[in-house]
Amino acid sequence: MAEPSRWIRLHRTRAIAAKDLRVELRGRVLLNQVIPFSVLVLVLFGFAVDDDGIAQRVAPGLIWMATLFSLLVMVQRTFAVEAADGALDSLRVAGVDPTVIFWGKAMALAVQLAVLEIVLFAAAIVLFAPTLRVSGVALLAATWIVSTAGLALVGTLYGGLTAGIQGRETLLPLLVFPVVAPVLIGATRAVESGLGTTGAAVSEGWPWIGLLTVFGAAFAAGGTLAFGPLIDD
Amino acid sequence: MANAPAGGITPTHDTGTRATQVFGTLAALGVAWLCAFGLLFSPADRDQRESVRIMYVHVPSAWVAYLAFGVTAVASALYLLRSSHSLTWDRLAGASAEIGVLFMGVTLVTGMLWGRLSWGVFWTWDARLTSTAFLFVTFLGYLAVRRLGGTQHQRAKRSAVLAMLGVLEIPLVHFSVRLWRSLHQDATVARIEGDPDLDGLMLFSLFVGLIAFTLLYVWLVIHRQRALVLEDALEAHGLDAALVERRAEAALQGGGR
Repeated sequence: MAEPSRWIRLHRTRAIAAKDLRVELRGRVLLNQVIPFSVLVLVLFGFAVDDDGIAQRVAPGLIWMATLFSLLVMVQRTFAVEAADGALDSLRVAGVDPTVIFWGKAMALAVQLAVLEIVLFAAAIVLFAPTLRVSGVALLAATWIVSTAGLALVGTLYGGLTAGIQGRETLLPLLVFPVVAPVLIGATRAVESGLGTTGAAVSEGWPWIGLLTVFGAAFAAGGTLAFGPLIDD
Repeated sequence: MANAPAGGITPTHDTGTRATQVFGTLAALGVAWLCAFGLLFSPADRDQRESVRIMYVHVPSAWVAYLAFGVTAVASALYLLRSSHSLTWDRLAGASAEIGVLFMGVTLVTGMLWGRLSWGVFWTWDARLTSTAFLFVTFLGYLAVRRLGGTQHQRAKRSAVLAMLGVLEIPLVHFSVRLWRSLHQDATVARIEGDPDLDGLMLFSLFVGLIAFTLLYVWLVIHRQRALVLEDALEAHGLDAALVERRAEAALQGGGR
């Protein structure tokens, strides 16, 4: 069978991403369950910290912790949809390249994560009252984009690894959390610099964007290579 | 398959052979030597006094853990890249990872005890410590994935990919923690562990420890790998036996009708 052209692969990737987003738009799981859950996590962190000054200081970290918890829920959801009716196998039988499936699902996950992070960021501003500064907006936006990409790629890769296996609910956090630790560190420090919550200058945040970009690129390459062998068994 | 000896070992035998007996004896002698040198002959440290003796367990077990995970990564890569996809590489990777997790656990516990005695704290957010802990957790996940079930080749493929991703992950964790900590505190560990003036006898004891633990690792991996061969053979045998039984059942029902 001839390799489909790059344009067709791109088209299929977009079709898969659109399919996942359509499933979300019709089911509203992100909107009705995951976003309320993630905001709840922030509120509970507020109870646990129990000090306005400290809460404001650690707000950037709390945003990303809540994002990571939600990431697990979202990854489980995006692969439960595929595993339920053997949809993943049907896609493969239909001749869709695993790499295309990987990128399509990662794109859809990234869009949903990006929405979730905006809500969480706004909620953190309201709950913990860190102040925005104009000079940090570019840094915040860059952090938002590269962290979301990295998390979506890792989530899709490990979600594919545990897709359709009994007991994946408990295994996924054990596999994913060690891997995303660099994102938690990098994104938290970058947002701290962007907001200035720890007195850090905006310029101190930019090296972290470099780290997050390397992370994303590494798992983009890893996922492109490894996703096929993972789901083809 | 059911009656064929798996990997040269018939299921009636244990996993010991002449080679493992030699390795086992050498490892036992090595550990006895290490006890003698580590506990009796080597002197106490000027600053750390008797607590320095933890080093003779801590450093060799760290070395063995890294060696074991290295072997797992290489064996996983060989499984994925060789066109034969031999399960031998997969079992070597699995056996080595189990031993690695064991020794990494020993490394972390002895390290914390030593840290408490020499720095006053069990834990410090140093890049090396943190990435070691992450390596431990990553390979706990690896072992969990190996037990997920499915066919033997499914297990092999999944776990091999996971081991490769671990190779990708650990340098990232290490680098990010280093970047994080470099903004906050000095590398306390590097200062103490980088101490170059180790006494001659202490250095020799440490060397004995490295040899003894490496022999112990080889001995354990060979046994564990052979046990895994037997487990896989038993699984295949059990499936064959069940199939034969079911066929006999069906034939019996067919004959009765």
